[in-house]
Amino acid sequence: MNLEQINETLAQSAFFGMFLTLGTYQVGLLVKRKVKISLANPLLISAVLIIAVLLAFGIEYETYDKGARYVSYFMTPATVSLAIPLYRQMALLKKYPKAILGGIGAGVLTAMGSIFLLALCFGLSHEQYVTLLPKSITTAIGMGISEKMGGIPAITVVSISITGIFGAVMAETLCKLFQIREPIARGLAIGTASHALGTSKAMELGEIEGAMSSLSIVVAGIMTVVSICVFVRFL
Amino acid sequence: MKFIRQLAIIMTISFLAELLEILLPLPVTASIYGLVLMLVALVTKLVPLEKVERAADFLVELLPILFVPSTVSIIANVEALQEMLLPLVVICLVTTVLILAVTGRTAQGIIHLEEKRGASGKCEPPSLSEHGV
Repeated sequence: MNLEQINETLAQSAFFGMFLTLGTYQVGLLVKRKVKISLANPLLISAVLIIAVLLAFGIEYETYDKGARYVSYFMTPATVSLAIPLYRQMALLKKYPKAILGGIGAGVLTAMGSIFLLALCFGLSHEQYVTLLPKSITTAIGMGISEKMGGIPAITVVSISITGIFGAVMAETLCKLFQIREPIARGLAIGTASHALGTSKAMELGEIEGAMSSLSIVVAGIMTVVSICVFVRFL
Repeated sequence: MKFIRQLAIIMTISFLAELLEILLPLPVTASIYGLVLMLVALVTKLVPLEKVERAADFLVELLPILFVPSTVSIIANVEALQEMLLPLVVICLVTTVLILAVTGRTAQGIIHLEEKRGASGKCEPPSLSEHGV
């Protein structure tokens, strides 16, 4: 079979995309278990492997997407389900409402303000600016917002991944540098700055750090959505 | 069966959220409406945690896989990415440091402030030993 025949055969398949997605994700999970570094992220490993397969066999993105697009059908129900882990952390939120809401609120405004100023410095277009605005929040919320505001969702996902990996790698060093010693404050800082990828690092630092960080993912996500409605008009 | 019922509750909320997205003129996605609706339902005990948590935990575990196709679609956006690669990387790195510092210092400041107030504001209850107990 030559490449063209492979392509033609696969184009008729409904499950090729789904098979490739779930299969490479399993490889990603396996690698993550073996090597304990933040860069070994199952989502990234899976995406890189799929891109490699598509390029190696000259398979069109549409052929892959035909089967793979169905996974995104579950995006809304899965994001809705994020309310459950947040609800489990509700006791913490009630115990430290000022520190949590104040800290995350300040972080979200810093995110919006600094992205706006840097976008201005780089002379970014509105589309590019909107693409980057949700870069610090969880992909579940950030990607949809980027799409809704007229950004490029795929690039938003890339910026969210870069942010998350950088945050996870640097979290401990940055907390020391800025003398953030309170476990609650450390968790909030890591979760607000680098969402779920940072949270995996926060969980290594301690139980309180992990809980606070995972709480920050959703709270920062919701606060960011509200702030973006204002900041989207600036550029 | 129980799992299906849990999924049905989550799908109901997703559907209501979708209706809100269509009907309300706000730039908010259905998933955010749904997240807030579900949280309200849990807090008000309209939906008890144990009636949704199994299906919800499954869906949350599934979440990262759902982003794989969108991440792969970057190969259809290579030009747009190249155009903004440098600003993108700089913005990601610089703002992450700023956000982490501001969030952490603000939260820590509030905690210390509350601790101070708590320590000076409260009247110390007389210790038992003073009463000779």
